[in-house]
Parts: sequence; C-alpha cells; structure tokens
Amino acid sequence: MPVKTYREAINEALHQAMREDSTVIVLGEEVSGGAGCDGSRDAYGGVMGVTKGLLPAYGEARVIDTPITESAIIGAAAGAAQTGLRPVAELMFMDFFGVCFDQIYNQAAKFHYMFGGKAQCPMVIRCTTGAGWRAGAQHSQNLTQMVTMVPGLKVVCPTNAYDAKGLMLQAIKDNDCVIFVEDKILYDTSCEVPDEMYTLPFGEAKFYREGSDLTIVAISNPMHKVLAVADKLAAEGITCDVIDPRTTSPLDEEAILESVEMTGRLVVVDEMTPRCGIASDISSIVAEKAFRSLRAPIRKVTAAHSPVPFAPNLEDAWMPQESDIESAIRDVLEYV
Amino acid sequence: MSTDTNTLLKPKSTEQVLDSEQFLKAYRSMRTIRAFEDRISEQFMKGNIPGFLHLYSGQEAVAAGLCLLLNDDDYVISTHRGHGHCIAKGADVVAMMKEIMAKQGGLCDGKGGSMHIADFDKGMLGANAIVGGGPPIIVGAALSAKTLGTDRVGVAFGGDGSSNQGTTFEAMNLAVVLKLPAIFLFENNGYGEGTHARYAVGSKDIASRAQGFGMPAYQVDGTDLFAVYETCREAVAHCRAGKGPVTIEATVPRFKGHFEGDPQAYRGEKEVETLMKEQDCLVMARARAVKEKLVKAKDLDRIDQEVAELIDEATQAALAAPAPEDSELLKNVYSSDY
Repeated sequence: MPVKTYREAINEALHQAMREDSTVIVLGEEVSGGAGCDGSRDAYGGVMGVTKGLLPAYGEARVIDTPITESAIIGAAAGAAQTGLRPVAELMFMDFFGVCFDQIYNQAAKFHYMFGGKAQCPMVIRCTTGAGWRAGAQHSQNLTQMVTMVPGLKVVCPTNAYDAKGLMLQAIKDNDCVIFVEDKILYDTSCEVPDEMYTLPFGEAKFYREGSDLTIVAISNPMHKVLAVADKLAAEGITCDVIDPRTTSPLDEEAILESVEMTGRLVVVDEMTPRCGIASDISSIVAEKAFRSLRAPIRKVTAAHSPVPFAPNLEDAWMPQESDIESAIRDVLEYV
Repeated sequence: MSTDTNTLLKPKSTEQVLDSEQFLKAYRSMRTIRAFEDRISEQFMKGNIPGFLHLYSGQEAVAAGLCLLLNDDDYVISTHRGHGHCIAKGADVVAMMKEIMAKQGGLCDGKGGSMHIADFDKGMLGANAIVGGGPPIIVGAALSAKTLGTDRVGVAFGGDGSSNQGTTFEAMNLAVVLKLPAIFLFENNGYGEGTHARYAVGSKDIASRAQGFGMPAYQVDGTDLFAVYETCREAVAHCRAGKGPVTIEATVPRFKGHFEGDPQAYRGEKEVETLMKEQDCLVMARARAVKEKLVKAKDLDRIDQEVAELIDEATQAALAAPAPEDSELLKNVYSSDY
C-alpha cells in the first residue's frame, strides 16, 4: 500500500471529494494563493500546502481565494452550505476562531436545530493547531475544547494520515458543520494510505495499543508522545490500552469506559490548557460513569495554564512532554 | 443602471412604476405585516407569547417593495426585527403565529421563536438575533447562486445598528471581491436599540460608507413604496445581470420600541405620535394609489377585511395549538448520525 504524508492524505481526500461532487468548494485565505499578483497562482496551496493543486484542477469558481476576512469566510461557507453547496473552509490557524466565532457557534452550529430541522449546514472548517513551531501565543493554541462544547458542531482531530483521509471524506459527506483540526506537527508524518476513497465513522475510537494495566486517552499530536512512552513501558512488561477518540464530538465514551472498567486506571493527555479541556471532560465522564472501576485517581497531562510562550525552552515546558506523560503513568500505576 | 460608485444613487423614476396588480399585492403584504404586529403586541401583553418581540411596524414598505421583485427561490436573511421580511417573502402567517407562540406546527417547530423565524421553502433564511450576523451568510447564499449558475439573488436586511458591525463590513467587501449577486438593504430606522444613528453611525450616512467598499449604493425614502420598489428593481436587475452587489439605505420610522415593553424614555416628546401621523407608509401608499386611480378604495378595504380575518384565524389556530412535545428537546441538534 502506498505511504503518504498527513498533508498528502488530506489533499487527496479534497481532490477526490471535489472530483466526485461538483457542489464541493474550497475557500479561504491563500487556498491557492497569488490572486491579483503578478506571479503565479497556486503559489501557496494553503498556508501548509494542503490545498495545493486544487485550483489548477477545479478552477477559480470552486477554489476560492478570499481576503483575510475570517467572519466572512465562515459566514459565506455557512450560507453556501444552507443553499446547496458543500464548502470546505480553511481558517489557517485555530487561533483565528476568535475573529469569527459568532459565525461558528451562533450561526452554523445552530441552523438545523433553531430552524426546526429545516436547514442543513454541510460544511467543513479546516484549521491547523498545536504548539512546537515557536509561533507564539496567537498561532499555537489548540482550542478543540471550545468547539467540542457547542451542540451542533462535530469535531475531528486525526492523528495519522490514514485517519485524516477517511475522516476528511466523512466530514465532507456529513450534513453537519464539522471542525477538522489538523495538528501542524503531523503534516510530514506518514503511513500507509489507500489510493481509493474510504470514510471512517465519527464517534469510533481507535486503539493504537491494547493492554490491561492502564488506559491512556490522548488527543491530537500528544498521541505520538504517548505511544513512545507506552512502547517503553511495554518493554518493562506493562501493557496499556492507548485510545485515540479521533473525534471529540461525538465522543466514543463507550470505548473509554469499557477500557477503564477493565484496567481501573486512566491517564488523559491533551495539549490544551488544563481548565475545561478535553482531558477534564473525559476525566469527568469516567469519574461519573465508571467510578467503581477506578483503582487510582485519574491523572490529566495537559499544557500549562498560560498563553503559549515564544521562547523555545518555555514552549517546551508549556507542552506536555514524554517525561510528564511517563511520570503521570507511573504515579497512576503505583497507586494502591 | 450606473455602476458609478462616486455618487449616491436615487431611483430614476417613481412615476407609475407599479401596476395595479403589483400594488395590491404589496398593499396586502404591508397590511398583513401591520395587522400581524399589532396582534402579537396584543397577545404579548396578554402573556400568550414568551420571550422578546421586536416589531417591524412603520417599516412595511421596504419588505413589501423589495419582495415584489423576488421569487421564492431568491434568498433573504433577516434580523431580530424580522416578521415583516418573513411575511413579505411569503411565509404562512398561521405557521408564523404558531412559531412565535412556541407551538407545534410553527415554522421552526417552536425551536426558533420570533428572533429566529425562518421559512426555507420561501428562501427566507431566518431572522437572526445577532446584529450583523446575517450579511456574511447572505454572501454564502449569493456564492451558491453564482457557483451553481442560477440567477438568484440574496438580500441581507440590516439596520443602522448592523451597519456598524465588522461582520457587515467583511461581508460587503467579500461580495465585491467575488462579484456576488448580493443586496445589503439597510433599514435605517434611526435607532440601534436605544441609541440614535446620528450618534452611532460615524459616517454621515450608511450608503456612502457602502460605496467605500466599491459597490453602487442607493438612498431611498423607505416610507414610499413606489420609490422602494423602483430602487429595488434597479438593484435586483443589477445583481441578476451578474454585475455584483448593491447597497440600499432606506430611511424608515420605528413606530415601536426596541422591544415590546420598552418604555422608550429616550424618545422625544410626541416623537412617535408625529411619526405615526406623518410617516405611515400604509396611509401614504393608499392615498397615492387611490388618488392616481391605480386601484379603488373598496378593493383596499376588502384586502383590509381579508387580512383581519386571516390574522384572527392565525391567532385562534396558534392559541389552540399544543406546545412541542418534551421529547422534541434533543431532536435536530444534528442532521446526520451523532
């Protein structure tokens, strides 16, 4: 099977969806790049190169470079979704949600319910997230929790290229507003990805590892740090269920609860600030629904309660690291 | 029409622009809006309507004049003061009354209410309770029209209040950049809630501000149905011809408070009384049409009677209808599996 990067997998999904369905459009800042300039078009293909090649293939009517105008991009996508198109809007950095949040949580998320089921909003909002690029406080945040809490939105955060393609094709087919969170650290990671189209269902967790001593749930990029730690522990004879929910809304509660009921121990890892984050949410669900199974306190490993700092040493300290994950795991395992 | 963006535009002619059939249709629409608003005001005071109400009374000529030019598959998006737009676009008045009373059979199954009333079969994409929330969405509807190659237009109603919102600026700019068939129709009723437009609108008017985005802009007396119709006729033709967006600023009176129950201490002595006496679009439209022998007074009287009966019927039906079932709570949060 061919090996593709996370970037290539999403690009291929977009190509295939656009080829199959003429109502799929892509819009956003620099999705092609070079509009109105003297040089060449498709100069960027999206800030991370994910939409490269779409403009030459599908033309300006369906691959739309916008001004820097986040509220209008998301509003336009929502209005187009209500009236017959399937827009995939790119927001570049998840940090920019603040500029256009009304159009996401008051508009797109609510159309279907607020209008008695008579409107649909089949749109995807792609955004990049995650620290580690030394990009500072306004280009590094993972704000997945802010959209996960909104009824009407679905939230997808793939951790590998295979999942990214299948989940993107599902997101475009879905009739709700889907927030597609791409961790920028993952763009150059690769794995086997089939050439043909396939979808992966929302709300079905993936088990990266299976074991009986501990349950680890991780969201987005920290998953790869978790796997390194889990493999290290495996060499010591400690086996873990390592669960990637893949979508935070809907959330596969059942997979997490079943695992915790077996292992009795839970560590949850995300790269969000610690209050009201996904790790907190999953912890509360387990505390509420699987309390009797727990044999140790739940531990969360998250980012620090501060803006993301610029200085590399500080940013590294801000992010959850393998050592933090390992230490939390050992604490939970040693608790009697 | 001219696409000159340096001069504010006025309609070319207000002479005999409406034929009698069109006038009767517009008059029925205006009368229905007025009677509907009067009735729900009364029902609100009786405690039969939950929540907030923002009434359109005084602004009827704008919705009615524009919607004469639109088809069911053209799009409008409205504001928190949206009943008039909904009625003019052709929504069923009985289902509207049920919605506003939070009853089964309401346009949105009782989930939306006055501030989120919508009728997608009529291209009415919803009242919107976020001031400035609608313009970006109508850009999307206009984008659909352009991308799918239909000749539909999208109209975003707004007020002097929404004219100051950043979302509105972004929407106007994007509509120009993508040359979309969108109309930004600002009904300047003088008030954003309890603050006057002469304080809150930094430019001397809204239309010239829109011109700054590079689109033609009209100013029109929104109490004059004939002038509204002619202005909108030119604007809609401009959009359907693929020439890009247009802004219209229509000056209108607000006969009611920001919301029902608003004591309106901020309004001048006898201000509302004078506006209702001197700037009632229904009275003016009727007087002109009869004077110019476009229609007969008795035909208008008959419409008044029919509308009164319809509003009675809608009120009785809505009062009698059951509230939504409790089991509806979690229905339609998502449209695909969750």
